Amino acid sequence: MEKDHDKKRITTSSGIEVKSCYTRGDLEAGGFDPDRDLGLPGQYPYTRGIDPEMYRNNPWVMGQYAGFGTAEATNERFKFILSQGAGGFSLALDLPTQLGYDSDHPLSQGEVGKIGVAIDSLKDLELIFDGIRLDRVKHIRTTANSIGPIALAMFIALCEKQGVDPGQTQIIIQNDILKEFVARGTQIFPPRPSLEFAVDAVEYSAKRFPNWQPLMVCGYHYRDAGANAVQEVAFTFANAIAYIEMALKRGVAIDDIAPLIRVHFGAHMDLFEEVAKLRASRRMWAQMMKNYGAKKAESLLFRHHSGTIGGTLVAQQPLLNIVRVTIEALSAILGGSQSLRTSSYDEAYAIPTEEAEIIAIRTQQVIAYESGITKTIDPLAGSYYVEALTNEIEVRVKTYLKKIDEIGGAVAAIENGFIEREIADNSYQSQMEIQNGQRVVVGLNRFIASEGVKIPTFKVKASTEKRQIQRLKRLRKERDNSAVRERLEALRKAAGEKTNLVEPILKAVKEYAPVQEICDVIREVAGEYRSMPGAV
Amino acid sequence: MHRLRGGVMDRRIRVLIGKPGLDGHDRGAKIITRALRDAGMEVIYTGIRQTPDQIANAALQEAVDIVGLSCLSGAHNFLFPKVVEVLRKKGAGDILVFGGGIIPTADIPKLKEAGIKAIFQPGTSTEDIVTFIRDNVKTA
Repeated sequence: MEKDHDKKRITTSSGIEVKSCYTRGDLEAGGFDPDRDLGLPGQYPYTRGIDPEMYRNNPWVMGQYAGFGTAEATNERFKFILSQGAGGFSLALDLPTQLGYDSDHPLSQGEVGKIGVAIDSLKDLELIFDGIRLDRVKHIRTTANSIGPIALAMFIALCEKQGVDPGQTQIIIQNDILKEFVARGTQIFPPRPSLEFAVDAVEYSAKRFPNWQPLMVCGYHYRDAGANAVQEVAFTFANAIAYIEMALKRGVAIDDIAPLIRVHFGAHMDLFEEVAKLRASRRMWAQMMKNYGAKKAESLLFRHHSGTIGGTLVAQQPLLNIVRVTIEALSAILGGSQSLRTSSYDEAYAIPTEEAEIIAIRTQQVIAYESGITKTIDPLAGSYYVEALTNEIEVRVKTYLKKIDEIGGAVAAIENGFIEREIADNSYQSQMEIQNGQRVVVGLNRFIASEGVKIPTFKVKASTEKRQIQRLKRLRKERDNSAVRERLEALRKAAGEKTNLVEPILKAVKEYAPVQEICDVIREVAGEYRSMPGAV
Repeated sequence: MHRLRGGVMDRRIRVLIGKPGLDGHDRGAKIITRALRDAGMEVIYTGIRQTPDQIANAALQEAVDIVGLSCLSGAHNFLFPKVVEVLRKKGAGDILVFGGGIIPTADIPKLKEAGIKAIFQPGTSTEDIVTFIRDNVKTA
């Protein structure tokens, strides 16, 4: 079997066949017109970038992902990250918070503070940002999805507490609940009410906080769940369409919401395919927004955040992960990302240590200030190969989008398991390719070291859960319980009337109603997601 | 290696793959499920977000030989032993339990002490898990 290797097709990670050499003919065959299909950076269709200057004035925003244990521990880590020259960060939430459970809920046992920080109420958020003014950080992102509108309300309340003008801050709430049903699994409510709830945050922000980004549609998690580059773009765009159409149905103008949407893609190892993916995405996004009737130029811009893919990191010979992250980061920057998060080399083991975190940030700084790839915009434009790949990805994504449209849109394709199956098939196939050696992973299936390398790993303090529960219990005693009850009743009424829930949530949040109490009210009205055997 | 199997094995090995706790990352659980099926086993995958009780009940109802647990959130030290504990309480201590996910090497001895038969860390080949199950489940 091994001997057949040289006869095999050579493909990108998405299965696009790659020829030995590309020429002008490959572009001419597809009717390629550089003026129409590429344009200039900052000009329609934005294939070459959304900004006419790109990184020549300022590099991208280097923002890391952090948060663990208690609010105090996270506060310390954020201060550290900012002191290392990062312009922003993403607030990682623990699973009970993401799923709307108090830290002392039976299902929270063992999970408090583990993959992120525990936020039971606004009190915790106040402590996390103690001494960090929201207007002094370029980007604050958070992985709130099911609880997106609650996180939005908490940040509004925190701005008030800190005396900061929300117009001077940039808060990005992930709030992409649809992908959770397939890839990350933090859904609380059934798909359709979840979609409505997410759009509440978008609708609310469109009117009051036009510089915030209340929706970051994510392909990253599809990718990490095993999707290929084409699937990542297609399924993310399908979800974006669902959010946009719901907002339009509510009477929000496309020009009021399009600029508020950010897209989060993974940066993977197949360098040229990744660059092509981002270029094709910008072109398709601009076309799509135009088709929705967008008039403002900023509505057409595909603003994207890249994150190097955790799933490409390998536990064996972990220092090699620094090299992998560098290649993935290069793809994101050659592809024109607005912001980038780089993984720490120890992610296959645990939450990063400070040392690993520094290397991840420094990797971006070396690319930005030493590599020279930022000197000119879209340096790979005009490469026969990259342009051919860009075109091919666009064709394949559109085929998928047509199929999803025939199924009845993203929600229907999630409900009937189509998206989950497509990803599971691809994921299984790549795993088998790694196991049979067809796909080489250095240190894992080739060039294996005989001895394991020991690296220091980070551990969350065992006392975290206890401390968090004590704080929550104290809060329940100290807050104005009758005011909380009143606010929650108002929320229940709004949920029953199917009006936008952000305002009543904001009022409850300010009275320190915990995330769970808010979610419980909505659970009672909207129903609860029931776990089902997954499509395998 | 398994010369006896052809003659003695009169039924397929039954496996339950469970995702205890709140972690929703189930790429690995799905791959294992499919790989074990491809190896000829009967495999039930619970889906995400199961309590240890739910997993133990499913293991009994489905009369499985072995339970595989996957957790990437760091809650394994609490959740994995809990599943073993519930199985024993229900008189099903003979059902083997193994686990996988982001599990630091330092945690493995304690998990084994608690009755987890094996822990598979990132980078494990599905073939190793198939071999482990065949070697440890008595199907005679």
